[in-house]
Amino acid sequence: MHEIKKEATQEQVLYASILEKGMLIGLGFMFITFALYVFGIMKPAVPLGEVAGYWNMPVHDYLVAINTNFLHLEQLPTGWGWVQLVGKGDFLNFIPIAILAGVTIVCYIVIIPGLFARGDKAMGIIAVATALILILAASGILTVGH
Amino acid sequence: MKKFLEKLGVAGLMTGALLVLTPALLWASEVTAESPVPMDDGTAWWVWPIVLLVVTFIMGIIAVLGGVGGGVLFVPIISGFFPFHLDFVRGTGLLVALCGALAAGPGLLKANLASLRLALPVALIASTMAIVGAMVGLALPTHIIQLSLGITILGIVAIMLTAKKSEVPDVPKADNLSSALRICGVYHEVSSKQDINWQVHRTPIGLFLFIIIGFMAGMFGLGAGWANVPVLNLLMGAPLKISVATSKFLLSITDTSAAWIYVNQGCVIAMMVVPSLIGIMLGSLVGVRILKVAKPTFIRWMVIVILAFAGLKALHKGLTSGGIL
Repeated sequence: MHEIKKEATQEQVLYASILEKGMLIGLGFMFITFALYVFGIMKPAVPLGEVAGYWNMPVHDYLVAINTNFLHLEQLPTGWGWVQLVGKGDFLNFIPIAILAGVTIVCYIVIIPGLFARGDKAMGIIAVATALILILAASGILTVGH
Repeated sequence: MKKFLEKLGVAGLMTGALLVLTPALLWASEVTAESPVPMDDGTAWWVWPIVLLVVTFIMGIIAVLGGVGGGVLFVPIISGFFPFHLDFVRGTGLLVALCGALAAGPGLLKANLASLRLALPVALIASTMAIVGAMVGLALPTHIIQLSLGITILGIVAIMLTAKKSEVPDVPKADNLSSALRICGVYHEVSSKQDINWQVHRTPIGLFLFIIIGFMAGMFGLGAGWANVPVLNLLMGAPLKISVATSKFLLSITDTSAAWIYVNQGCVIAMMVVPSLIGIMLGSLVGVRILKVAKPTFIRWMVIVILAFAGLKALHKGLTSGGIL
């Protein structure tokens, strides 16, 4: 019989503290990278004055257009393709976005050993399955055809 | 002084709502052509990000006061009245909802209002289906998504008008699944100074509904608090505070999976995402302060009217771009 406590469980507190740190790091980076971009300290791939010409397009047309006009890559920058462009001010902003979208995966990975160690197998298996699903989503393997 | 602040807050929100729905922005929506050729409407590049910052700031205030998530306001309003393509709006909308959940999640978990045990099984289903929804949403023609978005937003309006809430629902007996997973807890209710023991029932039906909720969250980039709370509270019987907090935390998982699909597909433009996130976050901070003096009923009605208008606009855009009108 498990005792129900008023306080948050150990793994819940652990999850919360990692989530908080990841969120703060991500947001902090976002302010810095956006300032580098918008104040022209780091040159963007798509010039600031021309961004507005592209954001009305469907995403595939947008990628084709910016690749043809500015990037000149062999493949469109989908998936983790943005990593090769982090030297450009606009794509640099993908780093904080990846941190914010990735912190939950870290939280799951960290709490899994504790769940199994306390004999909470069902929740442990659910956490492993969810972590795998999130990693699959983040991997870039899942693509959408046009 | 209190009355003055109240009037000031209401006047500010009315101005904000008018700004959100201003004719200039209505005009802007008309230039949302699906052209592969770069479009130059003569507007300086910095105008739209600043307008976006201001509008999302107001949206952040309204979201807090109206008790809704940022995503559910962001997607219909920005897609309806701004010159951004729906693909980018949905990607940004998910990141807006995700950041709101990331900001609130840690505090709610530490206070034991958001329940990790309740969220884990629900999150597995909702995040899986959010991926499917995002992939389907990105594969379908824009006018179909716009049309479906309009119908969904009007459905949300109907839910907001009719759904009831139960502070502490009566759950005489936990079902077998929730018992096996030990989904239960206790929290301290400050208003009554009591410790409230809670458990849930109808877990299989609840989990089934999260298949649909997750799919819609991914497809439209809406977040899903509007659906999470009624299912957790009214159907499964979790207390309202636990439902609201767990729903908010849940979005950090559901929206993570869908957001990755949009990010990997390239639906992120920093010039849209960052001003939106800053605007919503600052607006939420101000909203929390105004909440002390504002009239929640009036704000709630305002949110319903804005959403209804944005829903009709999305419906109109879907029908027009689909050649039906």
